[in-house]
Amino acid sequence: MRWNRDGPHLAVVLLLLLAASFPAGTAEKRIAIYAPATSYSLPVVDRNGRDYVGLLELLEPIGNVSSRSDGLHWRLRYSDAEAEFTNGQNLAKVRGRKVDLSGDFLLESNRGIVPVSSLGTLLPRIMGGAVTFNETSRRLFIGGVATHFTAQVSRTNPPRLVMNFTAPVNPTIATEPGKLRMSFSREPIVAPGSPTLTFDDKAIPSATYSEFNGAAEFVINGTAPLMASFSNEGRTITVAAAPQQSSASPAPAAAPAVPPPAAPLAPGAPAAVTTVVTPRHFYAVLDASHGGDDRGVALLPQLAEKDVTLVLARRLRQELEYRGISTLVLRDSDAYINLDERAILTNTAHPVIYISIHAASDGRGVRLYTSLLPAGEENNGPFIAWDTAQTRFLASSQAAAQGVAVELLKKQIQVRTLAAPLRPLNNVTAAAIAVEMAPPDPDVMDLNLAGYQQNVAAAVADGIVAVRERLGASQ
Amino acid sequence: MIPRHLVIAVLVLLLAVFLMGIYAGHMRSRATRTPAIVDSRPVPPPISGPAEQATLYVAYDDSGTLRPQTVSVPLPSAREQRAEELLRALLGIYLSKGSPHPLAPGAEIRAVYLVTPGIAVIDFNAAFANGHRSGVLAEELTVASFIQTLTANLPGILRVRILVDGHDRETLAGHADLSDFYDTGAVAQVVAQMQ
Repeated sequence: MRWNRDGPHLAVVLLLLLAASFPAGTAEKRIAIYAPATSYSLPVVDRNGRDYVGLLELLEPIGNVSSRSDGLHWRLRYSDAEAEFTNGQNLAKVRGRKVDLSGDFLLESNRGIVPVSSLGTLLPRIMGGAVTFNETSRRLFIGGVATHFTAQVSRTNPPRLVMNFTAPVNPTIATEPGKLRMSFSREPIVAPGSPTLTFDDKAIPSATYSEFNGAAEFVINGTAPLMASFSNEGRTITVAAAPQQSSASPAPAAAPAVPPPAAPLAPGAPAAVTTVVTPRHFYAVLDASHGGDDRGVALLPQLAEKDVTLVLARRLRQELEYRGISTLVLRDSDAYINLDERAILTNTAHPVIYISIHAASDGRGVRLYTSLLPAGEENNGPFIAWDTAQTRFLASSQAAAQGVAVELLKKQIQVRTLAAPLRPLNNVTAAAIAVEMAPPDPDVMDLNLAGYQQNVAAAVADGIVAVRERLGASQ
Repeated sequence: MIPRHLVIAVLVLLLAVFLMGIYAGHMRSRATRTPAIVDSRPVPPPISGPAEQATLYVAYDDSGTLRPQTVSVPLPSAREQRAEELLRALLGIYLSKGSPHPLAPGAEIRAVYLVTPGIAVIDFNAAFANGHRSGVLAEELTVASFIQTLTANLPGILRVRILVDGHDRETLAGHADLSDFYDTGAVAQVVAQMQ
């Protein structure tokens, strides 16, 4: 009788204990893929403590792909590329060449899965194009796709944080006391120069950028509740203090204190946008050559110079910033900038060094170029002739090239230093060098090897650091 | 009664005429299908002059170098024509089979103008630039090779400008700057680096 009366209570307690034994809200591991035509994410599975992803599922939304399994072997065809994998083996054969997968390939119910860590090496081979993979955050960028943003604070009352994006965005927005959280899961947002942005503003003092589990997150800290509004067809997000619901006054009375949510800033309005969030001086300006319709060298039918230079520029920025060198990448998307504009943007930023990045299929290793000045006008007094603006910086440029050459040799990368008639080196009023990366071996496809690119980027960054004092003194 | 052998001979001849008609028709239709090959290259004037020793600076893609090469070329006495013939001799090497630095088929030098004091203008045709391989080194080798060949054989040239089809062009194939005059002294230094 007593059991019967207490039975329901005991059952509830047991159910609660059972529920508590499962971790609540464990997020599924995912990988995000950003391609020019589409963005999507896929689940990541755990096998023997490693992250794996289905290769066919990853490639299907991007192009023509098929697979067939033959016992232990799994063959994949993507466009004109053939790849062959063997169950339990960590070596694959792609386009007739062996590729180390950094973990075993697994065949599960005729479905081929590969270690996530192998994607940075494997996909450029299969796809034959530029692929950037951030393994830590599991974000995969295909074909130079990227969305950049700037953030500026306007000193209006109340102040507003205006974020402009290079493409429309639609983040998930959540608010909590003192924070506004934007989560970008489908947009190829790339990191700003620094993960933490500090603003000289009491209402919105700072923001942080982070990436994890196939998404990017931007958290804006505020001293008051914040709200976001969209304008400019999704390219602009304005964050401002939310309307204060005062118990003493009715809601309509509070409305005038709030800016119209979708009011775009008037272009050129003197008071609207006054402060750049991070008023930074950039030590180095990186210039990924070509872009847009200007593809540069057709390294392979499916591999253009403009894509390789963009990837290398991003790697070099990482390496330089890791060494404490503030860096601006002039072309950080597939955009066309003409040579004069590149020089103007560089000269306006007043860097200590400008690095133009090129790629080539002929030769081996890296070639470093300094300006071959044309027979132009002499620089006279405060006036500098455009075509020979580099003249007074040529010694610094040559010192930088030598410094970089030494570091490349230390890494056993072939290097050659030459002068070259390569614009806009002549027009830059700072030390200026061009880095032309050729493949490490006869296979042009190896230009895309993440390890090789990283080696080159690290050597160039080391070289800049080595001559930093000399360059700084010459300014 | 017509002799049998005569009948056979006539039949054989008729058959031959019939087959030749078919063949002629086939050849005619083939000729109309094949467009006439037009050589658009300008016809150079006949060269008159004794063969002379000249130094050409030849680019080698495999090593990325420029090497001087002495050749014997018939050179006219007029300075501009000498310049054209020298550069045509160099271009001939690049267009030949097994070239160390292949240039686009159909590439041609339209004219070389020597303007006092010390200025030379080389005018290439569009095929030269439009079909040129892209790349900093590949383009630089071409530019340096032509300029150095010119200045090594015709002293007194201080500045060289390269035109394409008589017009300015920003770059040769995306890299080497063609928008300004080249200082031959600076080019000579690059050539020294490239040897």
